[in-house]
Amino acid sequence: MTRRATRIPLALALLVAGLLLRGSPAPSAALFLAAYAIAGFDVLYGALRGVLGGQVFDENFLMSIATVGALALGEFAEAVAVMVFYQTGELFQDYAVDRSRRSIAQAMDLRPDSANLLVDGQARAVAPEQVQVGDLILVRPGEKLPLDGQVVSGISQLDTAALTGEALPREAGPGDEVLSGCVNLTGVLTLRVTRPLAQSTVSRILEMVETATDRKSRQEAFITRFSAIYTPVVVILALLLAFVPPLLMPGALLSDWVYRALNFLVVSCPCALVISIPLAFFGGIGGASRAGILAKGSNYLEALARADTFVFDKTGTLTRGYFTVSQVSSLELPPGRLVELAALAEQHSLHPIGQAILRAYDQAPDPARASQVKEQPGGGISALVDGLQVVVGSARLLKDQGVPLPEDIPSAGTMSHVAVDGAYAGSILVTDQVKPCAAQAMAGLRRQGARRLVMLTGDSEAAAQPVAQALGLDSLHAGLLPQDKVCQLEAMLAAPGRRGRLAFVGDGVNDAPVLARADVGFAMGGLGSDAAIEAADIVIMNDDPCKLVTAVAIARRTVRIATQNAVFAISVKALVLLLSALGLSTLWLAVFADVGVAVLAILNAMRGLKVPRENNACMVDSPSPQPVAV
Amino acid sequence: MTAAYRIRNLGCAACAAKMERKIKALPGVHAVRVNFLTQRLTLEAEEARLDQLARAAGEIIRKIEPQARLQLPDQPAAKGATP
Repeated sequence: MTRRATRIPLALALLVAGLLLRGSPAPSAALFLAAYAIAGFDVLYGALRGVLGGQVFDENFLMSIATVGALALGEFAEAVAVMVFYQTGELFQDYAVDRSRRSIAQAMDLRPDSANLLVDGQARAVAPEQVQVGDLILVRPGEKLPLDGQVVSGISQLDTAALTGEALPREAGPGDEVLSGCVNLTGVLTLRVTRPLAQSTVSRILEMVETATDRKSRQEAFITRFSAIYTPVVVILALLLAFVPPLLMPGALLSDWVYRALNFLVVSCPCALVISIPLAFFGGIGGASRAGILAKGSNYLEALARADTFVFDKTGTLTRGYFTVSQVSSLELPPGRLVELAALAEQHSLHPIGQAILRAYDQAPDPARASQVKEQPGGGISALVDGLQVVVGSARLLKDQGVPLPEDIPSAGTMSHVAVDGAYAGSILVTDQVKPCAAQAMAGLRRQGARRLVMLTGDSEAAAQPVAQALGLDSLHAGLLPQDKVCQLEAMLAAPGRRGRLAFVGDGVNDAPVLARADVGFAMGGLGSDAAIEAADIVIMNDDPCKLVTAVAIARRTVRIATQNAVFAISVKALVLLLSALGLSTLWLAVFADVGVAVLAILNAMRGLKVPRENNACMVDSPSPQPVAV
Repeated sequence: MTAAYRIRNLGCAACAAKMERKIKALPGVHAVRVNFLTQRLTLEAEEARLDQLARAAGEIIRKIEPQARLQLPDQPAAKGATP
């Protein structure tokens, strides 16, 4: 609408000329009419088309009636001024909406324009759509990864900030899976493409953010319903106001009341109301995605703002999901020998506990030293190691194998017991670690008004209790099967007197039903995990629990901005309606109540794009994080 | 079946809300969203009727906002239009 930008000053100039020539009525009236036509012909035309098409009550129609009415009352200058002011407001409004659309698009400027396809060792720039799965592409330093892939050669640092909001670069080398949208910082990488563009991380993120505002918040649903009633009601009131008092009140001037009614018509325009709320959520969703938090709908952000109960999965959410051997107790053998025997038995194990024992062994196990390796049902392994019959597993497994157990056998955490040649030899304690940031995240959630922090886990009470204690959780439900988790959650949702919303935080892998059942389902570490992105309502791209605090802060601010906008728009309109009815308002004020309010609401909504400082709370305002072994 | 379409030159938020109401009233439409901010129409209906409903939705959109156009898949974007 650049044409509007030239018409407005022209109309304004004619208006000023008309005002200067006030002394001579005929020329000034001509100038005013010319100015009016220049400023408002498209509005009048739009109103005419609207009426012919059966569309009354749209903005064009309301503005046309109001200004034509003013002309009929002889208020030429005011009619022109209102039209000019309205058009200026519309121009600003278009500009502001356009800006905000674009700044959100820019905030998520993840998609590169081209990929360097390697054909016979030669790099050729092609559109990313054209690259097939299995093709090799070259990514130079400073370039954005156009597609998801696996590093074939090269070592580099990747800036993942656009995806995760994380400032620290990540190292990538041969064999690593890397994601589109990251920026290659230091070295040249050759990637084998693993997904076509349409399914790449970047495309899915953009699609998700784009559709997120399709899911209306309750605030938005309310305001659209409200505005659908508001406009006809105000228009009917305007009609009554124009004609009833002059009929009933002796001495009341028709022109006076018609002027008041015209104010009503201008104020009855619904756009400022309708735009005030969704734009706030649009900004909030954009701001969140910059922080590496993907909200799949305005409604989820709204629910999160009201959350007072946070339910957590343990492994991978509050703990790192990375097991290490933290204690070895051996009866007779040297502890190192016990670990060696267990590691040789477990050398082919893919189980996290076996892996932890192998890491503790810290040398390459010699496959020739172990034979007759057998996985035992119920978690454990038996093998012939260095000619000794070794069994590694739970106390239960050893018992089943006929190994006599000592009376005071410890059973804390995740403990593997070892038997050698049918005799109990000792135990190896394997533990997960609480994420360094988890305690701060819990404190941050409490500061933001979380009233209940709960852990649901499939692990044993003994393994879960220390974590719950270290983090100061309110309650713990351990030893749950996946379906038990849903039951526990249902019970919490059905608890009498529940006021706030309930958020569940998991890794999105095994807890899809729980994620779906909660008011807000969070998946942590969702980067690159299809299942997590599918199941969750809000995806936290990295696995930092402090992002939860950021997410709550963003949600709260978004809802606050939306509320401010709605309250502001409605109260200004109500005030101007009141003043108009009393004859204290002018059309100028009425136009401000329409477009001026809309512009202010848009500017307010743009605040949502900023990432709140709480993001860094983790590193700044709390004592340095100590990992707690459990 | 859900399909998404671009709406070009969608100028007014209240009009978008009105379009949504009118399109929702079309028989056969299961769900619809006219998103003023992303300028998208999302239409859910039975697959066989989707094309016809999208066309009807395009008519409604044009009637409510004469300069707005629904971009149907078989009508490529005009030159210079933002994608």
